[in-house]
Amino acid sequence: MQKEYQTITEISGPLVFAEVDEPVGYDEIVEIETGDGQTRRGQVLESTSDFVAIQVFEGTEGIDRNSSVRFLGETLQMKLTEDLLGRVLSGSGEPIDGGPEIEPDEERPIVGEAINPYSREYPEEFIQTGVSAIDGMNTLVRGQKLPIFSGSGLPHNDLALQIARQATVPEEDEGDDDEGSEFAVIFGAMGITQEEANEFMDDFERTGALERSVVFMNLADDPAVERTVTPRLALTTAEYLAFEKDYHVLVILTDMTNYCEALREIGAAREEVPGRRGYPGYMYTDLAQLYERAGRIEGEDGSVTQIPILTMPGDDDTHPIPDLTGYITEGQIYVDRDLNSQGIEPPTYVLPSLSRLMDDGIGEGLTREDHADVSDQMYAAYAEGEDLRDLVNIVGREALSERDNKYLDFADDFETEFVQQGFRTNRSIDETLDLGWELLSQLPKEELNRIDEELIEAKYVEDEGEPVEAEE
Amino acid sequence: MSQATESDVREDGQIESVSGPVVTATDLDAKMNDVVYVGHEGLMGEVIEIEGNITTIQVYEETSAVSPGEPVESTGAPLSVDLGPGMLDAIYDGVQRPLDVLEEKMGSAFLDRGVDAPGIDLEKTWEFNPEVEEGDEVGPNDVVGIVPETPSIDHKVMVPPDYEGGEVVDVQSGDYNVEETVVELDNGEEIQMRQEWPVRSQRPADEKQTPDTPLVSGQRILDGLFPLAKGGTAAIPGPFGSGKTVTQHQLAKWADADIVVYVGCGERGNEMTEVIEDFPELEDPTTGNALMDRTCLIANTSNMPVAARESCVYTGITIAEYFRDMGYDVALMADSTSRWAEAMREISSRLEEMPGEEGYPAYLAARLSEFYERAGYFQNINGSEGSVSVIGAVSPPGGDFSEPVTQNTLRIVKTFWALDADLAERRHFPAINWNESYSLYRDQLDPWFEDNVAADWSEQRQWAIDTLDEEDELQEIVQLVGKDALPEDQQLTLEVARYLREAWLQQDAFHDIDTYCEPEKTYSILGAIKTFNDEAFDALEAGVPVEEITAVDAIPQLNRIGVQDEWEEYVEELEDDISEQIRELY
Repeated sequence: MQKEYQTITEISGPLVFAEVDEPVGYDEIVEIETGDGQTRRGQVLESTSDFVAIQVFEGTEGIDRNSSVRFLGETLQMKLTEDLLGRVLSGSGEPIDGGPEIEPDEERPIVGEAINPYSREYPEEFIQTGVSAIDGMNTLVRGQKLPIFSGSGLPHNDLALQIARQATVPEEDEGDDDEGSEFAVIFGAMGITQEEANEFMDDFERTGALERSVVFMNLADDPAVERTVTPRLALTTAEYLAFEKDYHVLVILTDMTNYCEALREIGAAREEVPGRRGYPGYMYTDLAQLYERAGRIEGEDGSVTQIPILTMPGDDDTHPIPDLTGYITEGQIYVDRDLNSQGIEPPTYVLPSLSRLMDDGIGEGLTREDHADVSDQMYAAYAEGEDLRDLVNIVGREALSERDNKYLDFADDFETEFVQQGFRTNRSIDETLDLGWELLSQLPKEELNRIDEELIEAKYVEDEGEPVEAEE
Repeated sequence: MSQATESDVREDGQIESVSGPVVTATDLDAKMNDVVYVGHEGLMGEVIEIEGNITTIQVYEETSAVSPGEPVESTGAPLSVDLGPGMLDAIYDGVQRPLDVLEEKMGSAFLDRGVDAPGIDLEKTWEFNPEVEEGDEVGPNDVVGIVPETPSIDHKVMVPPDYEGGEVVDVQSGDYNVEETVVELDNGEEIQMRQEWPVRSQRPADEKQTPDTPLVSGQRILDGLFPLAKGGTAAIPGPFGSGKTVTQHQLAKWADADIVVYVGCGERGNEMTEVIEDFPELEDPTTGNALMDRTCLIANTSNMPVAARESCVYTGITIAEYFRDMGYDVALMADSTSRWAEAMREISSRLEEMPGEEGYPAYLAARLSEFYERAGYFQNINGSEGSVSVIGAVSPPGGDFSEPVTQNTLRIVKTFWALDADLAERRHFPAINWNESYSLYRDQLDPWFEDNVAADWSEQRQWAIDTLDEEDELQEIVQLVGKDALPEDQQLTLEVARYLREAWLQQDAFHDIDTYCEPEKTYSILGAIKTFNDEAFDALEAGVPVEEITAVDAIPQLNRIGVQDEWEEYVEELEDDISEQIRELY
C-alpha cells in the first residue's frame, strides 16, 4: 500500500497535514519527498478517514504543498543484529561512522511493549561502580534505572563515563575477555554538543569500550524532533542485546532535558492543551515508556540497566522534567554545584540522592553484612553535620558542644575523603566500606545507634579522634 | 475482565480516527461506558463520549498501526469484573486480566495486545459447601454457600445483588467450576460461584456506620499518633523518594485487615515484582498464613496503556466491595492516585475538553470523592458488617501539596499522612511529618485502644504530642542561638524529644523484627521514654546538671527496643536501669 499523495494542506513547525483517501495506520512511517529530491521521514501522529497529521523527524524545511507523501504501511522499526556493537549511528538509526550498511537479523518496532510485571525478576545484583558515593550510599543494581540529576556546566558526563568504565559485578568469574565480555554499553545522545560527543567518543576509543558499545548520536544541531525516536532506537537495541543475546546492557541516555523539549515542541505544534510549564500532559506516560524499559526478566540471562542524565533547568528539581523522572526511576544521583566548586570529584551530593533498589542488593552474600547499617549511619551523621553548618554560620563553632563539633568534622571529612576520589579512582566495595568505618569511628560509639552492636564491636576503629590514614 | 458478554456482540461500527489511546467510530450502536472491541485485533476499549453519529472510545491497549475504516464491535455491557473464588493470590492488570495467564497466552515476557483472559479461572473446580437448604428464602447478597478459597479466607458465595431472590428449589454440594449452577431459586434465577459487577457503580449496601475500630498497621507513628479506622480513608502525599510506596507496602503487609487489595496504578514495574516475590514468603501476622492468601494485586505499571490505568482503581474497589459484602474488613491501597488523575487528564485533553486547574478535567474533584466515598464501615444488605478502608498515595509534582490532586483528596479523606522530603533525606523513616499529619478518627478510636491496649493510651499520646510540639518551637530558637544557650529544662526536653523521634517514631521497615510493632509494644516504647523523661526531670530538679543526666549509659538503649523480639523483658530491665542510674546521680 505504498500509495503516493501530493495532498499536503498545512505545514506547521515539525508537523505536516495531508489529505488521504484510504486508511492510514496510527504511528505508521511516512516518507516525504521534497521538490529537490530529498527524502524526509516522519510518523503518523493522528489518523482520520480523510486527513493525517505527520510528525517529521528531520525537519520540515523545504517541504511544500507539492511534496509527495508516501505511507510505508509499517511502524518505525529498528534494524537489529549483534554486529551493531562497535557502530556509531545517527539519531534515527543510520550508520554515520563510514562503515557498511547494517544487515539486520531482525527488525523490531521501536515502540517497545511493556514488560509484564509478572514476568519481571526483581533486580538485586550489585553493580560495583567503583564510586564510593554510589556503591556505599546509593547502590546501583542490575536492571535498575538510576538517573543522574545535574545542572548545566557540571561534570555529569565524567561521572557517567566513570561508571561506564568501571562498572563490574564482583564475584563473577566473567573476567576473561577472550570469550567476549557479556557487558555492553548503549549510548543515546540527544541534542548534546559536538564537543560533548567528542568527549564521550574519545573516552570510548581510548578505553576500548567502543567495541562493546552502540552509539546513537543526535547532536544539538540535528533536528529536534528526531530526538523523540533516538532513545527508543537505543532501548530497542538494548532489549534485543539483553534478552536475545544475553548481554548485560548499560544504557546511558543524555540529555533527557533535550528529549522533553522536543516533546513540548511537538505538543505546541499540535496545539495540545499544555500541562505544567507547557510540557504535554502525557509526558509522565511518555517518559515511563522509556524508563520502564529497564529491568530483568525471569529466565533470561541479560539485563537492561539505565542511567539517564538530565540537566535540571535552573538546578530546580521541582521542574517537571526531573520531577516526573524521579517519580518513575528507582532513585536518583544528584550532582551538586557547591561540591563541584569545592573541587570534589565526582561532586555527588549524597543526601537527596537515593537508590530504591539498594536494600535488596546489599548485605551479606551480596556486598557485606555491615553495608546497610554503615550507609544508614553515615547518612544520618552527614545530615546532622549539614544541619549544624547552618548554625555555625550564625553562632560560630565555639558555641557548639563537643558532640556537635564531631558531627561537623564528620561532614567535612565525609565530603573530602569519602565522596572525593577523582574520576580515575576505582574503589572496591570493601575499600568503600572500610573508609566508611574510619570516618564513623570519629564519632563516639554510643552515637552509632543505627549499627548493630556486634558490628560495632568488630569494625569500630578504636583510636578515637586520630584519623587512621591521615593523609591531609 | 468479564467474558460472558462476548457472545452477544452487537452492532458494528467503523473507526473514524485514531489519536493515541483515543479512537472515534461512526455508526456504532453503543451506550455510554459500554465495552467495545476495536479494530481487526479486537483491542479492548470503553465508550467515553457520544456525539451525533460519532462515538469516542478510550482504548486499553496500544493503538500503533490501527487505521480508520477498521471495525468496532460493541458488547452492549459496561466494563465489569468477574467476582468469585480465585481472586486472592492473583495479579491483574487494570481491566482484571490475570497477568500470569497473559504471559502464558502470549508466550512472552512482553505484553502483546488483543489478548483477553477471564478474571477468574473458569475451568478450575472449587469445593462448594452449601449454607442453605431447599425451601429456604434467600434475598440479594445472602450467602448460599462457602468455598474454602485459601487457608486464610472462606469465600462466601452470595446471591448477586441484582437478583430478586426467592425460595431455594435446588442446591448442589461438592466440586464445581465457577460457571456451573450451584443453587436454583423458584423464580428461575440460577446462582453460580461467579458473578459480574460493573466497576463504575457502587455495590449496594444498607447503611454506612461510624467506624470505631482501628485498622492496626503495626507502624508506631500511624497507630500511635495518626490511626486509621477500619472503613476509613487516608491519603499519603509526598515527593518522590519520601517513602510512599514503602508505607503502602508496610500497610499491605501488616494491617490487620482480612483482605488486602493492592492497586499499583501507574507506578514502577519492579515495585510490583517486589510485591509478587515478597508477599508469598511473608506471614500474615494475625493468621500465620502466607500473606498472598489474603491479597489481590492489580498492577497497571506506568508504561502500560493509560486508559487501563484510569480504570484500575475502579476494578480494585469493586473487588474490595465484593469481599466487604461477605462481611470482611478490606483494605485497599491505591499507589498512586495522582497517576490515575493524570490518566484522566490525558484522556480529557485528547478529547479537547475545557481544562480546569493545571490541565486536569473539571470533574477531577467529583471523581475523587466518588471513589473515596465507596470506602466505609457498612451494614451490608445481607445483615453482615464489613468495611472497605482506602489508603491513597498521592504524588504531588515537586512535592508541592497545593496542587489540585492533593487538595481535592484532602477535602475528602479523614487521615492525612504527610511525607516529608527533609526527613527522608536524613533517613528518618517512615518520613511522616508529625507536625503536618492528622487523623480525624483519633477520638473515635481512643476507646478501642483504651480497652484493648492500655487505659492511659490517649494521655500518654498527648504527652508525646506536647513534647514534640515543644521541640518544634525550641528548634527555632536553637537555630538562632545554639542549644547550649537554652535553659537546662528545655535542653532536657530536646533530649527527650530526640528519643521520641529516634526510638519511637522511626521504624525500620527492612528489619525483621522492627518492621511490625504491635500496639502494646508501641505503647511500651513510649512508656519507657516517659520513664526516662520523668526520672530525668526529677534529677534535674534535685540539681543534677543536664549533661550528667543525658550521659547515663542506659539511655541510648531506648533506641534498641524496636529491634527486640522479647521486648517486654527488655523494656522492664531498661526502665529499671534508667531509673537506677539516674537516681545514682543524686
